[in-house]
Amino acid sequence: MKPIAPDTHEHDASPTGEWDYSPAPERTPVKIEESHGLFINGTMRAPKSRKRFDTINPATEQVLSSIAEAGAKDVDDAVQAAKAAQGPWARLKPSERAKYLYRIARRMQERSRELAVLETMDGGKPIKESRDVDLPLAAQHFFYHAGWADKLEYAFPGRNPKPLGVCGQIIPWNFPLLMAAWKLAPALACGNTCVLKPAETTSLTALKLAEILQEVDLPPGVVNIVTGAGDTGAALAEHPDVRKVAFTGSTEVGKILARSVAGSNKKLTLELGGKSPNIVFADAAIDQAVEGIVSSIWFNQGHVCCAGSRLFVEESIVDEVVDKLRHRMQSLRVGDPLDKNTDVGAINSAGQLETIERYVDAGEHEGAIMHEVNNQPLPTKGYWHRPCFFTGVQPSHLIAREEIFGPVLSVMTFRTPEEAISRANNTPYGLAAGIWTNTGSKIFEIARKLDAGVIWCNTYNTFDAASPFGGFKESGFGREGGRHGLQSYVKF
Amino acid sequence: MGGLEAPHRVFPAHGYTGSMQADRNHLVDSVMVRQRAASFTKRSIKADAKTEGLRLAISMLDLTTLEGKDSPEKVRALCRKAITPYEAPLNPSVPSVAAVCVYPSHVRTAAKMLTGTGVHVASVATGFPSGQFPLEVRLRDVTAAVEAGADEIDMVISRGAFLAGRYGEVAEEIRQVWQACEGAHLKIILETGELETYDNVRRASDLAIEAVDSAGVLQDGDVFIKTSTGKISPAATMPVTLVMLEAIRDHFLSTGIRIGMKPAGGIRTAKSALHYLVMVKETLGDAWLTPDLFRFGASSLTNDLLRQLLKGITGQYMAMHDFSEA
Repeated sequence: MKPIAPDTHEHDASPTGEWDYSPAPERTPVKIEESHGLFINGTMRAPKSRKRFDTINPATEQVLSSIAEAGAKDVDDAVQAAKAAQGPWARLKPSERAKYLYRIARRMQERSRELAVLETMDGGKPIKESRDVDLPLAAQHFFYHAGWADKLEYAFPGRNPKPLGVCGQIIPWNFPLLMAAWKLAPALACGNTCVLKPAETTSLTALKLAEILQEVDLPPGVVNIVTGAGDTGAALAEHPDVRKVAFTGSTEVGKILARSVAGSNKKLTLELGGKSPNIVFADAAIDQAVEGIVSSIWFNQGHVCCAGSRLFVEESIVDEVVDKLRHRMQSLRVGDPLDKNTDVGAINSAGQLETIERYVDAGEHEGAIMHEVNNQPLPTKGYWHRPCFFTGVQPSHLIAREEIFGPVLSVMTFRTPEEAISRANNTPYGLAAGIWTNTGSKIFEIARKLDAGVIWCNTYNTFDAASPFGGFKESGFGREGGRHGLQSYVKF
Repeated sequence: MGGLEAPHRVFPAHGYTGSMQADRNHLVDSVMVRQRAASFTKRSIKADAKTEGLRLAISMLDLTTLEGKDSPEKVRALCRKAITPYEAPLNPSVPSVAAVCVYPSHVRTAAKMLTGTGVHVASVATGFPSGQFPLEVRLRDVTAAVEAGADEIDMVISRGAFLAGRYGEVAEEIRQVWQACEGAHLKIILETGELETYDNVRRASDLAIEAVDSAGVLQDGDVFIKTSTGKISPAATMPVTLVMLEAIRDHFLSTGIRIGMKPAGGIRTAKSALHYLVMVKETLGDAWLTPDLFRFGASSLTNDLLRQLLKGITGQYMAMHDFSEA
């Protein structure tokens, strides 16, 4: 493998002219209650645990609201409410169930800007992404599954699909509302009822969704939302009346859940971590591949389970790719997530920032070379990490093996397709992969040989409710979205 | 925000100068290029950035009239508008536009009005808009326009030869036109609406740039590549312009020479003009944000730029009839 030379030139030769964008803050007002309760049986109520914790804006470190921490008794109440509601919900005429889902979708659209602002404030992602990606996709998920609600017989012809019962759903902090939609929509369409636990750093949009569920008169108990951290999640997963556990999050927690569910009759789906390869061949459209690299790793600060964090570039074009990547990084604007021109927002939490920094240190310590385009001052408050990439990465380096879940890319090279495939598959994960080539036959040849649940060809991080998503190996099992996703919420 | 880095300094230890790109056929992925082009329209240009962007856009206009019924009177009106786009004094001031673009038969009229004003006289030539004439006729067209006082020539390439794969022929005609310009700046119209594919647009851009580059030493801004005549639909689009900007960028990285860019036709609103400026800034850097390196071929765009500029300064929208025609 040819080493990639370090950059010795100075950053950012000063431009001859200057035209910079003025601040463009999103001003849609959003009402945030000082403290939030738990959404159980159709109403908001205080936690019996009497415990609370604060949720902050990671871009400012300001407290946004006090969140209830659901204890075992609260979780039990939520599960009992869901259990009581499940029979009538399942017996409801399927086209009536569909109407509720349509209403939720419509109401999400109507309140989308408000929800996007809240998502950005609570989680740190740029408003451009919450507005243009998270919200439209979340609404689409409800629309899409509304369509399935009265057509399940056609999704599984001759197999008489039936609901599972109460679903315990635990979601991550990287796409809070979107993951809530991914979990709730198919479960409800199939006649299940739900207890949803949002991640502790990002509870607010789920609680705002509870308002919407009230607005559309969803029958009480059909969806319950319990906020809290790991203990709350464990209480939910271990509850004997839960028939199905769906989890999206880290592989570490996924393994714990798998153990706790083992031996019970609960169904389980896990959508876990990844260290996805993004493979660029010399016959690719380079400028567009560079664009794909940017969206594969710097989308949502790299807080993406399917992030293309391992970039494999055919050796003959590596200099051009790296050079163009550096140039492209100059136009990435890091800063205030509520500014409409921000491309990379705040890191979700102090803990996650620490993790990212630990990996970056390890990368440098192990001898890889870190590149960042250091062209803008970062805000003094909040949690920030500039987009960066490493060259001189060996496959054995920590940064090439473990999921960083941050804006950190490892660039490596290959010479032949066989080498690309074997290096791409050399990981315990198997969530996603990217292939960049303008040769059609090569796309199919390579895609067949990659161990990944999702393979993107000449694009990356492209999502649709109709397209199943999920992984192999330690990236989990089960699919979400499409007809395959429905299968996780029915029994035959 | 930084611009492009100077060539020969990128990865010096590795010897990468970008020159290896010259003999490579650049492919363009149409889905992703459209996605990238659309991303520029998501930039929100407000407050000072908007005022400055609008003034910049006005200074980059090639005010154009290219009709069979063009009269000396219309050309004079256009020249007057070019020098003073808005009559009343404003703070900040409204700059003059970059050039007036006319048919060769109107060059003398325009030159008479524009000499000494800083506004350039551009003439379409080489058998505009089709280019379907013998090369010697097209070259004579250029010479006549230059002699009449044009200091910028907007040529058309032979799309027929290009689409038939006779690239050498196209390169040779560009070289000869460039020589006939005798110091006048050259804008090479690819007529991207007839080339249809992004791959063709990229290939024609590379071909045009290399043709002039091989004909002698170029200075920054001597030569522009331009999307369209305005006579064919579609004219300029953002993805097509992006592909051309990328060709310009790659040429700069290998030679250090700055080729100019002119999208023409189809850009009618101030908002859309600002999106183009965002695209130039983020693809080539601020160095290209000057009329010496970037132009808009347009006519109706002018008054919308003025209207938005006045809105920013006075806080009120004015009626379109408050702005002079032409």
